[in-house]
Amino acid sequence: MELIKIVDLHALIGEKEIIKGVNITINSNEIHAIMGPNGAGKTTLINVIMGNPKYKISSGDILFKGKSILDLSVDERAKLGIFQSFQYPEEISGVTFMNFLKLAYEKVHPENQMKVLEFGDMLLKTADSLKIDRDFLKRYVNLGFSGGERKKSEILQLNVLNPQIALLDETDSGLDIDALRVVSNGINHAFERGMSILLVTHYKRILDYVRPNFVHVFVDGRIVKTGGMEIAEELERNGYEEVRS
Amino acid sequence: MTKNFNVILKTEPGLSRKIIEEISQAKDEPSWMKELRIKSLEYFMNRSNPTFGVDISPLDLNSIVNYVRPGAQNERSWEDVPEDIRENFEKLGIPEAERKALSGVGAQYDSEVVYHNMKESLSKLGVIFLEMGMAVKTYPDLVKKYFMKLIPPNDHKFAALHGAVWSGGTFIYVPPDVNVPMPIQSYYLMGSPGMGQFEHTLIVVDKGAKLEFIEGCSGQNYSVSNMHAGAVEIYVGEGATVKFSTIENWAKNTYNLNTKRASIDKDGTIIWISGTMGSAKTMLYPSSILKGKGARTEYTTITYAGPGQHLDTGTKVFHFAPYTSSKVDSRSISFGGGYAFYRGLVRVSESAVHSKSSVDCSALMVDDISKSDTLPIIEVMNNESEIGHEAYVGKINEDQIYYLMSRGLNEDDARALIVRGFLEPFIKQLPFEYAVEFNRLINMHFNSKIG
Repeated sequence: MELIKIVDLHALIGEKEIIKGVNITINSNEIHAIMGPNGAGKTTLINVIMGNPKYKISSGDILFKGKSILDLSVDERAKLGIFQSFQYPEEISGVTFMNFLKLAYEKVHPENQMKVLEFGDMLLKTADSLKIDRDFLKRYVNLGFSGGERKKSEILQLNVLNPQIALLDETDSGLDIDALRVVSNGINHAFERGMSILLVTHYKRILDYVRPNFVHVFVDGRIVKTGGMEIAEELERNGYEEVRS
Repeated sequence: MTKNFNVILKTEPGLSRKIIEEISQAKDEPSWMKELRIKSLEYFMNRSNPTFGVDISPLDLNSIVNYVRPGAQNERSWEDVPEDIRENFEKLGIPEAERKALSGVGAQYDSEVVYHNMKESLSKLGVIFLEMGMAVKTYPDLVKKYFMKLIPPNDHKFAALHGAVWSGGTFIYVPPDVNVPMPIQSYYLMGSPGMGQFEHTLIVVDKGAKLEFIEGCSGQNYSVSNMHAGAVEIYVGEGATVKFSTIENWAKNTYNLNTKRASIDKDGTIIWISGTMGSAKTMLYPSSILKGKGARTEYTTITYAGPGQHLDTGTKVFHFAPYTSSKVDSRSISFGGGYAFYRGLVRVSESAVHSKSSVDCSALMVDDISKSDTLPIIEVMNNESEIGHEAYVGKINEDQIYYLMSRGLNEDDARALIVRGFLEPFIKQLPFEYAVEFNRLINMHFNSKIG
């Protein structure tokens, strides 16, 4: 089933065009990797899909299950089942992960209300299955977290909130090999539950753990090439210079 | 709505020696108290308004009714309190709270205490919990030893006013080594328009004893100004511990010019939990005088300033003895054009060697039209003390809002959650009913429905 369809999308920050005509279709339960050099606009693409008000769409459309979502606010998109993971997730002092996730879950799954204990149980199980320390749940949201902990926190949220599509922004950057395994495992876990994944990355490294159905090369605001894993390997060998020219 | 009811005695608006004598006579007070009132009135007449803090020029003291005696006696049985007054308090959950988890409850309406009760087991231990005026008559020597000694009537203009017209309030004495197992609570409610409330709270906790006291304040909103100038004096004996929690949620027409002070003997501890959210204007700086070796003070305070409010609050700590310590966590929220000002003082005297102080004040502005200032002053007169200070003034950042919205919260809920998180260190110290009430208030102000 067609989940997200982006049609000739152009987007600006201020007066500057960052996204310059993107077309991509993501069906349910597919993994798409977007690879590209720094500054190509990969993070912007994710923010635009989620509806970050910092960016303005000048033309084109984003459809979710066939309907345009351009008029929807960020939280309305989250409620449809779109999830963004952040490179640098914000700290929310004084709010525990447990309470935060309970609140978020109630918002995105109003049809499936759980009692506090039942929800707590589900949280613990999810944390255990991802090999993420239970201690996380008692801590304030992202407060004083290391880079690796932040990435794990995002992956834990992904698996608890169980959206239809996850937009993952450089979830692999700055991770040591153990943390990379935990994070990749969390992404695969989400995929096995039927989610679609849009994974933005600089490096092929994470693709050894998370196997994409499609790899897109993203340069200067547009997708210049699409294919399978062989493209990632090619990039690893030749760098981005070749596709750029 | 607060219901109006019969008022039995009401003084003429404004102040004069005649009015003061009238109050004193109505209360059938000993002469030393009458003299203290008259002396205070003289100080009041001769002092000028404070030169810092909020603008109190719109407050016309001549139109404030200083003494309003409700049509009720001080009752020990809740059923004997007149129905209309009872209703007003019951809306606030009093004395339901007493049945659940309190050692004693006092309730003051306007100038007089209308209800007062304490568990019998405590009176057997020698704990005294009385309406202040009653204490003056019943324990004159004990009261005279402490009354307005920490806050002398000539301390400032509104302390003088308080000395002249004080009425009602709470007196507590805890004998040595008695641990009062559950909190004692007093509730102050202003019900009449254009009045002043001037309750006096005097707490004496003897050597090695322990007390937790909760003070709640609120009032009905009228178009004319009301005024509150209470005084709280707390004496913490050697090795004793007092936790003093306050929620001041006066109506938005109230000028709250309040004075609170504690003196702490050797190895004693005072813990202040203080929330200021009501009133049009507030000036309030609870002070700790650490006069015995090893005395400690801790503050967790929040100031919550909304539309039309200017709240000037702070903390004052005086380290007068060696090995004393202070810890201040002071936070403010300003929103909808509110103005929160933090004014803090830590003074470490020459003799207070090996003292420790840490002050952490932070201010969060929710929008562009609100204001916040911090003015922390630290004076250290010796080289053998450890002093730490951190300050933060900031605005809710749009990236935080976006992050929370990407998880399904709408913008209002996101703001309310950030505000709540910011206030968490304070809220978690509150008795359960107050915490619930406080969260309800945040939700109301931020148009949020999060549970």
